[in-house]
Amino acid sequence: MRRPVRNLGTAVMVLVVLLLANLTYLQVVRAGALRNDPHNSRTLLEEYSRQRGQIIAAGGVVLARSDPSNDAFRYQRKYPGGAMYQAVTGYYSSVYGATGIERAQNGILSGDDDSLLGDQLSDLLTGRDPRGGNVYLSLVPAVQKAAWDGLTANGYTGAVVAIKPQTGAILAMATTPSYDPSPLASHSEAVQRRQSAIINSSVPSPRTNRAIGAVYPPGSTFKLVVSGAALQHGYNPQSRVTGASRITLPGGGSMSNFENETCGDGDGSDVTLTTALAFSCNTAFAEVGMSIGAQAIKNQGAALGIDPDGTNVGLDVVGSRMGDMPDAAAVAQSSIGQRDVALTPLQDAVIAATIADHGTRMHPYLVQRTTRPDLSVIDSTEPVVDQQDAMPAAVADQVRDMMIESEKETPGAGQIADLVIASKTGTAEHGTDPKNTPPHAWYVAFAPAEDPQVAVAVLVENGGNGALDATGGKVAAPIGRSVIAAALSAGS
Amino acid sequence: MRRPAARTGRAAEFWLLVFAALIVSSALVIVELNQSRELTWTLAAYGGGYLLALAFAHVLVRMFAPYADPVLLPLVALLNGLGLVMIYRLDLAAAGKAAAAGQQAPTAQAPAQLLWTGVALLCFLVVLVVVRDHTRLAEYPYTLLLVGLAFLAVPALLPARYSEVNGAQIWIKVPGLFSIQPAEFAKIALIVFAAAFLVSKQRVLTSAGKKVFGLVLPRARDLGPLLLALLICLGVLVRGKDLGTSLLIFGVMLAMIYLATGRVSWLIIGLLGFAAGAYLAYRLFGHVRVRVDIWLHPFADPQNTGYQLVQSLFGLGTGGIFGTGLGAGRPDIVPFASTDFISAALGEELGLVGLTAILLCYLLLGGRGMRAAMSVRDQFGSLLAGGLAFTLVFQMFIVVGGVTRLIPLTGLTTPFLSYGGSSLLANYIILALLVRISDSSRRPAAAAPRPAEDEAPLTDAPTAVVPVARGVDR
Repeated sequence: MRRPVRNLGTAVMVLVVLLLANLTYLQVVRAGALRNDPHNSRTLLEEYSRQRGQIIAAGGVVLARSDPSNDAFRYQRKYPGGAMYQAVTGYYSSVYGATGIERAQNGILSGDDDSLLGDQLSDLLTGRDPRGGNVYLSLVPAVQKAAWDGLTANGYTGAVVAIKPQTGAILAMATTPSYDPSPLASHSEAVQRRQSAIINSSVPSPRTNRAIGAVYPPGSTFKLVVSGAALQHGYNPQSRVTGASRITLPGGGSMSNFENETCGDGDGSDVTLTTALAFSCNTAFAEVGMSIGAQAIKNQGAALGIDPDGTNVGLDVVGSRMGDMPDAAAVAQSSIGQRDVALTPLQDAVIAATIADHGTRMHPYLVQRTTRPDLSVIDSTEPVVDQQDAMPAAVADQVRDMMIESEKETPGAGQIADLVIASKTGTAEHGTDPKNTPPHAWYVAFAPAEDPQVAVAVLVENGGNGALDATGGKVAAPIGRSVIAAALSAGS
Repeated sequence: MRRPAARTGRAAEFWLLVFAALIVSSALVIVELNQSRELTWTLAAYGGGYLLALAFAHVLVRMFAPYADPVLLPLVALLNGLGLVMIYRLDLAAAGKAAAAGQQAPTAQAPAQLLWTGVALLCFLVVLVVVRDHTRLAEYPYTLLLVGLAFLAVPALLPARYSEVNGAQIWIKVPGLFSIQPAEFAKIALIVFAAAFLVSKQRVLTSAGKKVFGLVLPRARDLGPLLLALLICLGVLVRGKDLGTSLLIFGVMLAMIYLATGRVSWLIIGLLGFAAGAYLAYRLFGHVRVRVDIWLHPFADPQNTGYQLVQSLFGLGTGGIFGTGLGAGRPDIVPFASTDFISAALGEELGLVGLTAILLCYLLLGGRGMRAAMSVRDQFGSLLAGGLAFTLVFQMFIVVGGVTRLIPLTGLTTPFLSYGGSSLLANYIILALLVRISDSSRRPAAAAPRPAEDEAPLTDAPTAVVPVARGVDR
């Protein structure tokens, strides 16, 4: 019976070959479709259970990391940075997806990015779990803390952005109110949903990143843009402009200075452009704006980075705008940062940083570098010039000198001995009933004026504590100065 | 033509066992590393216990079956070891899951399986020692038939609470003590019976009937054994809802009838009978229909009826060519991952490459069994070895084919890999019988010189009479 045995042996072989052919079909041909099937929880589980990379601030301070955990998701995402950094780090939630850097740098952090391909291959061959790369941010913890503390100490709703003028590195990006992202990365869906409900029911919403995700009328800080344009259109710092407390606009409307004062406590006669900026005289800038025209202001604003399309600094920044300025009255109102002019705090910081950098506008960035799991560098951010002569250097320096005078007239706490700051405040009306709505308080500045190390923009919504007499100088300036102090002592 | 000082192959067996032990140990270490666990001495003790048991088996094979095929035991050691590693790995996953949910960890299966491996090895040795001459088994055909039928029938006759697990009434449960799956043992008894029966009736079975379309049909009254096999299977199917076992027994009986007769006509008749039976079963029984529907449309209801199969396919697809790595996948998502679906678990973590290697182990195992069937001197031994070797591979085919959606899914264990004492015990008994028969086939003939081993060309082999060149009249 050798032949039947041999035939049966062949049959056995055929059976095994059939299995292997079918397996090859499943594990090679259909593998992709099976892997990506929405019902396949493995892919999701795998993504959420990898050792995701860390998000690290300057000085090696860990803002987000994955610790081994003893459950179905093998790692627990944690945010030692907490609410202070939430607007930047974002969260990585199995229910709500990812936000912030967690979302923007997901490829690196998860290890899926093509630049980590070599690691993926070796992981594949060794059967090791792929690990994510790390993202190093430009944020400096001391500066971020000063910004955060400044906003939260008084319970302000607002934002602070600090930039290194020569590189565009973002040293601080704080927004309030905020929340702890850790519960949203919990392995318990119930915990995630509870935290989300708390966030959703909070007013004002902590979900908005007020530094880059919202625009506000810049108020008098926009006079820096108008000053830059004017200095390139026949004006100089000593040019005489009106000191009247009130002017009539073409078309019948009127415009007055803050509290109807004459400019610079004078008698209402003409003052210099420098004085007009130092005392933030609305009537003077309305006339200056009307004399140089809408186009000059728009050109200067665009050169300084005001772009309705927004930009990306590692996170998306919503667009800032200046509006159409259809007639002379609109130009007058726009020249004092009202009407349709609306900037993100980041954009206002960019304006200050550009002036500080003698008119060269650097592209702001949050991500300093990315590394592989073994810490070898994948990509390191080189500073990028966005606009070489956003202002001619001479003009920028003139504006700087005017800002130094402005700082001298700015009240509020936090002045630092022997430090010359160049600054501009803003107190912006907004809402449907501007006279009875607390104004937004602004402060943009850089220091030291002669050798700028940091440029900062502070926005406090609704005057902070809701007072109608709030001003940028009283509310926002102290925060800005403490951020500057922190940045200078951190040596950034 | 006696061979001078035939090689026993024991040294080869030893080194192959060492090789298998190396692979299994590496697999265990990889699981531990991938699960970020420390390598502990407890683990070393488990591994050491396994190795010691293997060494013991090897020594006894040297004593009681010195000429046995040296590949059989190492192949089984490898499969059994990989199964143990995977079961251990699934234990870790189950414990982790329970810990995350704040529950108590379920009873670990790996220690039980290790214990069963020990018991199975003991069984293996007992069979080797007791059955010194496999031809003696042919002396009790009807006793074995009765035992086999009884094993099949008992669970079906017992009240469901003593015999039903997950819808299949195929167990004998002694509450609080143990539960066994008697079909695994019945299968052996029936194969031994079939071999003895077919040898004794060979002349009758091979005598010619009518010739139709070039096929020599058997006489109607000789269809008895085949019908008996069909009936048994139908009984198991209807009463126990055990599609896997019925398919297995029918397939093996058919294969053995073919082995004994060499008649293709038997195969065709058997397959036609199978087709008719399958169609009837599909029409008559809801549980068969459900299985077939899931097979045809697994993604129709992926969260419910199709869940097991779909998860198994997801696991295999996710594993891809190289697998996720042992201990790095999610094989625990598939229900019954340690029993019916262990090949899906292995396919996920070892990938196509690893699963192919495992399937080739079965092919080798079957092939070595067939080789013993070809070279053993007596016809009973040849039939028995062929039947047993075929069972191992065919059972694996039914399970893996089901898990990979090549054929409808039926519940069976994967020999040597799956968790389950009955399955391990029964399959180690099969291994012992194969080792015994291969020993006898390779043992240098002490008495009359044997005919030349060279194979006759296929064309020379007579077709009307079963080509039994030797050992007919023992």
